[in-house]
Amino acid sequence: MREFRYEQPPDVAGAVALVAGAPDGAFLGGGTNLVDLMKLGVATPDLLVDVRELTSREITDLPDGGVRIGAGVPNADLAADRRVRERFSVLAQALLAGASGQLRNRATTGGNLLQRTRCGYFTDVTKPCNKRLPGSGCGALEGVHRNHAILGQTLDGPGTCVATHPSDMAVAMLALDAVVRVLGPDGERAVPLAELHRLPGEDPSRDTTLRHGELITAIDLPPLGFPSRYRKARDRASFAFALVSVAAALRVEDGVVREARLALGGVAHTPWRALTAERALVGGPATEDAFAAAAAEELEAATPLRDNGFKVPLARNLVVRTLADLTEGSR
Amino acid sequence: MDTEITLRVDGAAHPLAVDTRTTLLDALRERLRNTSPKKGCDHGQCGACTVLLDGRRVNSCLVLAVTVGDAEVTTSDGLAADGQPHRLHRSFVEYDAFQCGYCTPGQVCSAAGVIEEARQGWPSAVTGDVTDEPDLTDAEIRERMSGNLCRCAAYANIVPAVAAVAQSEGVRR
Amino acid sequence: MTTIDRLVGAGVDRIDGPAKVRGTAPYAFEQDPGEPIAHLAVVQSTVNRGRISRLDATRAEAMPGVLAVLTPASAPRLAEGLSSDLPVLQSLDVHYQGQVVAAVVAETSEIAAAAIGAVVVEYAAEEPDVVLSTDRADLYAPEQLMAGFDTDSVIGDVDGALAAAAVTIDATYETPTQHNNPIEMHTSMARWDGDSLTMWDANQGPHNIVNDLAKGFGLDRGQVRIISPYVGGAFGSKAFPHPNQMLAAMAARVVGRTVVFELTRPQMFTLVGHRTPTIQRVRLGADADGRLTAISHEVVEHTSKISEFAEQTATPTRVLYAAENRRTTHRLARLDVPPPTIMRAPGETPGMFALESAMDELASALGIDPVELRIRNEPTEDPERHVPWSSRHLVECLRTGAERFGWAGRDLRPRMRTEGRWLIGTGVASATYPTRRRKAQCRISVDGRGGTAPVRYLVEIDGSDIGTGAWTALSQIAADALGVAMDAVELHIGDSRLPRAGGAGGSTGLASWGSAIVLTARDLRRRLDDEFGGQVPADGVTVDGGIEGEGPHAKTHSMHAFGAHFVEVRVDADSGEVRVPRATSVYDAGTVVNAKTGRSQFIGGFSMGVSMALHEETLTDPRLGHYVNHDLAEYHVATNADIGELDISWLDHPDELANELGLKGIGEIGITGAAAAVANAYWHATGLRVRDLPITPDKYFRELGLT
Repeated sequence: MREFRYEQPPDVAGAVALVAGAPDGAFLGGGTNLVDLMKLGVATPDLLVDVRELTSREITDLPDGGVRIGAGVPNADLAADRRVRERFSVLAQALLAGASGQLRNRATTGGNLLQRTRCGYFTDVTKPCNKRLPGSGCGALEGVHRNHAILGQTLDGPGTCVATHPSDMAVAMLALDAVVRVLGPDGERAVPLAELHRLPGEDPSRDTTLRHGELITAIDLPPLGFPSRYRKARDRASFAFALVSVAAALRVEDGVVREARLALGGVAHTPWRALTAERALVGGPATEDAFAAAAAEELEAATPLRDNGFKVPLARNLVVRTLADLTEGSR
Repeated sequence: MDTEITLRVDGAAHPLAVDTRTTLLDALRERLRNTSPKKGCDHGQCGACTVLLDGRRVNSCLVLAVTVGDAEVTTSDGLAADGQPHRLHRSFVEYDAFQCGYCTPGQVCSAAGVIEEARQGWPSAVTGDVTDEPDLTDAEIRERMSGNLCRCAAYANIVPAVAAVAQSEGVRR
Repeated sequence: MTTIDRLVGAGVDRIDGPAKVRGTAPYAFEQDPGEPIAHLAVVQSTVNRGRISRLDATRAEAMPGVLAVLTPASAPRLAEGLSSDLPVLQSLDVHYQGQVVAAVVAETSEIAAAAIGAVVVEYAAEEPDVVLSTDRADLYAPEQLMAGFDTDSVIGDVDGALAAAAVTIDATYETPTQHNNPIEMHTSMARWDGDSLTMWDANQGPHNIVNDLAKGFGLDRGQVRIISPYVGGAFGSKAFPHPNQMLAAMAARVVGRTVVFELTRPQMFTLVGHRTPTIQRVRLGADADGRLTAISHEVVEHTSKISEFAEQTATPTRVLYAAENRRTTHRLARLDVPPPTIMRAPGETPGMFALESAMDELASALGIDPVELRIRNEPTEDPERHVPWSSRHLVECLRTGAERFGWAGRDLRPRMRTEGRWLIGTGVASATYPTRRRKAQCRISVDGRGGTAPVRYLVEIDGSDIGTGAWTALSQIAADALGVAMDAVELHIGDSRLPRAGGAGGSTGLASWGSAIVLTARDLRRRLDDEFGGQVPADGVTVDGGIEGEGPHAKTHSMHAFGAHFVEVRVDADSGEVRVPRATSVYDAGTVVNAKTGRSQFIGGFSMGVSMALHEETLTDPRLGHYVNHDLAEYHVATNADIGELDISWLDHPDELANELGLKGIGEIGITGAAAAVANAYWHATGLRVRDLPITPDKYFRELGLT
């Protein structure tokens, strides 16, 4: 691990100023991903600014019935929060499906959104990876990629990247239309979560649209008001990243879908909002056939690799089952 | 870059100099020669390093020592009060909930965390309805203990060892 | 001998338990060498094959806190004659990805870890050759297999019998590269006092480590002391020396103080061995009643270019079922991979997956219950050696297990049971593992202590407890053999200063050490009776004893443990995720010395088999020749949530011919056949036959034709 300076400024503004002024500086939240990556030599900050105690660890009610989640709220506390469990069960379920009890106790909400990919080429500095070392190539494209992306990849050129985003929580928040509140050197801004993460495009080294020195301070969830659910398929029963996951919320009236929220995890460089499927669902019947058709429409865009084609039928099945379970629950 | 810190471990304060890079796990093992938390992966993937930090279970391998401040660190050894084994210690021995013993102090700390989390009503991934108050059934214990890998695979004994204590603590019906 | 049964057989709590649960039992890293410890970290080759063309350690050497950098140019010369990967830092040649090419010793682990990043290494690399296949032109037959087994066995006319059989099965099964991954990473802490080396080390038998260190450093065996009282799991990877012991000793010599080398988890994938991948073609021929007429089991596996490790994969097929015509073969490919090694039940574990899967396929083809099929093919004697069994109760295991599991009434057809979205099936497989023992010496001393002090027996033997419960079981055995209570026995194991014994491996530990203790104790009692009238003399008595190796019946009888696994599997119809909610295993393992720790061995073995069936696979990038998933987040082992209710029992049939205790060894029998039982139940649940482990969700969709 590279040597680094450690700072605990008195407030978030001070933290932002410190990192903004240090090109190789980084914020430290729970550290469950950053410290891991520093040990691997993947992350090499020369300054760590500890914000775990600075960003809010409160969850507060918003006037519209939504909630504001401080960026420092540990994943475990967020999953245990009564309001989250009752109003946003998809989020509680997603959090609980992720990592382990120990990691959830330490990992923060803000940090969870900024987790980096688990791609084995990214996490090993001896291997080629355009995300870690731009221009070195994508080892996974023709290599080991069973658990890589099927949507939105960059399949050729210097930006080639087929990595997935590892977060469960972010998939649920995306379905919940979360808004990320960010403090930067130039002040505050609000970023819809859908605009926080970015596809690899020409530059897979950038996971998000945040600028250097910008700090996530809170996440706002607007009210939902209808049932939601998270479903994750993985290689073992617990403590494993998603092969595919589905975050869904459905408002059904008289057998007709009135509102639909659908996001997929484990399929792309970002949590994947399934807008095509949502459009196909709304106004249609709440039947398994209709759900399957909507899923198929979304997955038409899929460009699976040699060994991850199973994610297409897996994603389809999970979408159908999750929506069917929601429909059954709302009857 | 060396920094002077004071770690509060199992009820005693230890002033020591650490590198900013030093994890809580390495501070305990290499600086304080505390043998209770173990290193099994050093990346938060096995749980052998689990300690309680202000009563909450965490992977000490991913916590930088400089960030601990005045938080109280409790190892499995520290769960033993006045030299008497904790009831989890006795239960793990009685149910033979370990073999090589290397992941075990982490399992014990994790189990203490599991019981406390259940007492606070926290759900888990196998809680059918996340709005329910959970009961530490076998399935709940399995899921909640899954952050602690046991390569000897004593799992089938860890479950009843934790269940017995959970029952006596009133978090398992 | 009324005391004999008092402790042996009882479920005594582990005597090392209270210290282990609190974390006060010191493993290798945690021992106190009596002086400040320096830390070693290594630079590993990023290529599989080639030669170091440039190595510049200048920057690393200049870093504050760095004590030394060892390179092939600067490292101490080791004596000739070390094999495999042990001549570490002796050459510029690179033979596998991950080979140690330089090492840094520093004041702290943080400095050492940082300094390896400052060592510049360049290579003249050649294309890696890492892909195993059955059509390689360079497959060869090794001289013999591990543990001295013959490479091939051919009896009768297999091809003719297959051609004439009423029903045949011809299928190819594959198991991937797997890694032992004990949770305690291999750790060696070396201290020199003049020309004497002390090493606190994580291994399966201190004596096994002494030889190569003595050879490499030109020492007498007596100048090397290996201390390993507590070992955090091993499963084979800690049986033999690896580069870590050599490096720690080398580095300590260079810096003149104690050096510890604790591997990182990724290094556990390259420096301490792995289980070879296998490709196994099994052909079975049977008559219409299911009686086997031919068995053919042909194995292709790999070894490294720098050493031969020939896993005895088809050997269980030589003993399990009767058939007049039989053939087993083993062929190896030498690849640019790290040296493979033993991993829990080497041979039986991958081999039984293939054989017991094929038996299930045969049962299905015949429409015969798979339990019944196995019973019909029960051999009356060893079918290849043509000698009697020392004891064999496989049929009783199958029948007892079927009863306990609730097998009766099972529909032979697959995919007949569902519960919600779960597809439910059940499967069975046999288990078998050889019963052996090794040479072991033992010393028992008793001191009179005079007066009223309680008599204490000091039992010294270089046995090893890697989690098996040997600390406790050997104390029980000693107490019974001495006719005293357990607290009158003080056991010393895990130190090469103790009387020499083989390591923990091959399920030989208790058979060897226990027999040595029983015989030595008998000698001691005889001497006390004959020479001292049954009283302990004031200045005590010491007796040395032991066993020479295999007992007198090993040549005349075939000795094996047996077992049967019954497994329920649930497969999610939407995701292909697999669960094993319950299983029953019944073992014919002779005497079980400690009912509590013995049960744990069975649980652990079986659970590792479930892990093998569903999770474990080390993935290699064929172009880079690199392992890609070299950590515990991506190399999946079973978690607590992956293991369901386990019903474990054993038959009460001590094997009187096997050894002094009538035990057959239990460390490995549990894993054999377990993966096949899971795969067979998976087939019964889904109608899908997955012949390449692990059975991950992607294969569900592959077998459904959806990918």
